[in-house]
Amino acid sequence: MIVKEPQISLLGTRALLFEAPGETSLTTQRRIWSLAREVETWPEVSEAVPGVNNLLVSFLAPPRTLAPIETRLQSAWDTATPMILQGRTIELPVVYGGEGGPHMADVVAHTGLRPEEIAEIHAGRLYPVYAIGSHPGYCYLGGMDARIATPRRKVPVLKLPGGAVSIGGSQTGVSASAGPSGWNTIGTTSTSFFDATRDPPVLLQPGDSIRFRIVEVVR
Amino acid sequence: MMEILSKSALTTIQDRGRFGALKWGVGTAGAMDGLALACGNLLLGNGEDAAAIEIQVLPFEARFDREAEIALTGATCEATIDGKALLPWSSIRVAPGAVLRLGLTRSARWRGARAYVCVAGGIDVPVVLGSRSTQLRGGIGGLEGRALQQGDKLPFGPSNGARRASDGISIVPPAFALPLMLDGLPAVRVLPAAEYRCFKPESQSDLWQRPWKVTPQSDRYGYRLSGPVLEPVAPMELRSHGIVPGVIQVPHGGQPIVQMCDAQPSGGYPKIGTVIEADLWRLGQAPIGSSIRFIETDWDGALHALDEVSRWLSKVARCLDLVEARRVSS
Repeated sequence: MIVKEPQISLLGTRALLFEAPGETSLTTQRRIWSLAREVETWPEVSEAVPGVNNLLVSFLAPPRTLAPIETRLQSAWDTATPMILQGRTIELPVVYGGEGGPHMADVVAHTGLRPEEIAEIHAGRLYPVYAIGSHPGYCYLGGMDARIATPRRKVPVLKLPGGAVSIGGSQTGVSASAGPSGWNTIGTTSTSFFDATRDPPVLLQPGDSIRFRIVEVVR
Repeated sequence: MMEILSKSALTTIQDRGRFGALKWGVGTAGAMDGLALACGNLLLGNGEDAAAIEIQVLPFEARFDREAEIALTGATCEATIDGKALLPWSSIRVAPGAVLRLGLTRSARWRGARAYVCVAGGIDVPVVLGSRSTQLRGGIGGLEGRALQQGDKLPFGPSNGARRASDGISIVPPAFALPLMLDGLPAVRVLPAAEYRCFKPESQSDLWQRPWKVTPQSDRYGYRLSGPVLEPVAPMELRSHGIVPGVIQVPHGGQPIVQMCDAQPSGGYPKIGTVIEADLWRLGQAPIGSSIRFIETDWDGALHALDEVSRWLSKVARCLDLVEARRVSS
């Protein structure tokens, strides 16, 4: 859903959600990164975590009144300038379709494209890491070609393996460990994205980029 | 040290949760009934960050290799130490070699879904990213990032000795001290979330007017509820965004899922509301198969509820201090 004006909504008393207006874009995401840097320094804020063109602001303790922080958030957004992060690029080899891509058929049905075309379109772009979330080390990527966009599944899959390359709406990503997901899995890769003993524990950070390489398209 | 003797599945080490690691995609984990954990730690004079054992499946059995002070809180169960009945929501000193056994209760006014075994000094496992809580997704915290198994040996942290186990002193469970019921069903308060108004008016009213059943597909990740289908005015595809425990997502199928302690820290399904932080413990104790009700609240109502919980906890702490003072002076 695209909004015209910035939206601020409640996630209970633990957090606020700030949604940037307009179509999803890297420029907006760079403003979100900039906003996050500013907001995380506020005394009542525990974390300011970028999502895809939005920002979660969690509280150390909920403020008694909401209006002041909403006003500050709005004005911080108005003055936020795009922050360019010089990240790394890593390449991930992917086997598309087959056992590791159980929902390829659903993406085929939705898009009307052949699996080979879907793989080529998917691997044909450089994806900037917009945000980290979902589960430890997981990267939300920007820049997917709209031709392979496919709605999230009606019922989430309870156990999707780590390394699953999937599409959810107009986004794509790679699961970092086994768990539930509502996305359509079209392929699989093997890379370790998270290690709690490392500092930082994540392989990729916002501003880094991923390139997918087709190993094989299994039919 | 204590050794797990039973094969209880889904038993994990939890503290109050892991805060500050959302930026790495790491959710909070932590006790599903944070109030029961807090009471257990108060009974023992532990710090509020001490870790305990969360038990979902009974029977549970463990042996203590040395004298220890322990507390039992949370779900009602038949608890014994070497065959002698243990008061619920109380602490006790156990002898070396003592065996704690928790079994299903036949009858109880309040059953609950999760029991907590706390020990003086807390369960001493390494702190990972700021917490000892087990996070199954990603396999971090707790004991080797996994659920406990038969034969596991759990070390205790140093007890600060602030409070001795007070045999015979028991806390009134918060289900009785802070009751919240609607039409005979346990209720939780909900703050409407971003997409609340994007649901049909009849779905909005169903959320508040109808009972919601906790289905068997409910766990520490989330509670999948069943009830009337919640329909949006128009289909929605949202951009992925951060979420917190308590958020009620409505996938395309129209059956809500309340995100719980092991929930993903982000998601993209429409959010109709959020169970307020002050009431999450109530949901954490709602057994599979039971039904619950949602009550609409606002920011002030949600803060008032948080204040009520912290006032009650302070009162419990004061009472326990009083008992301790009388013990010392007598």
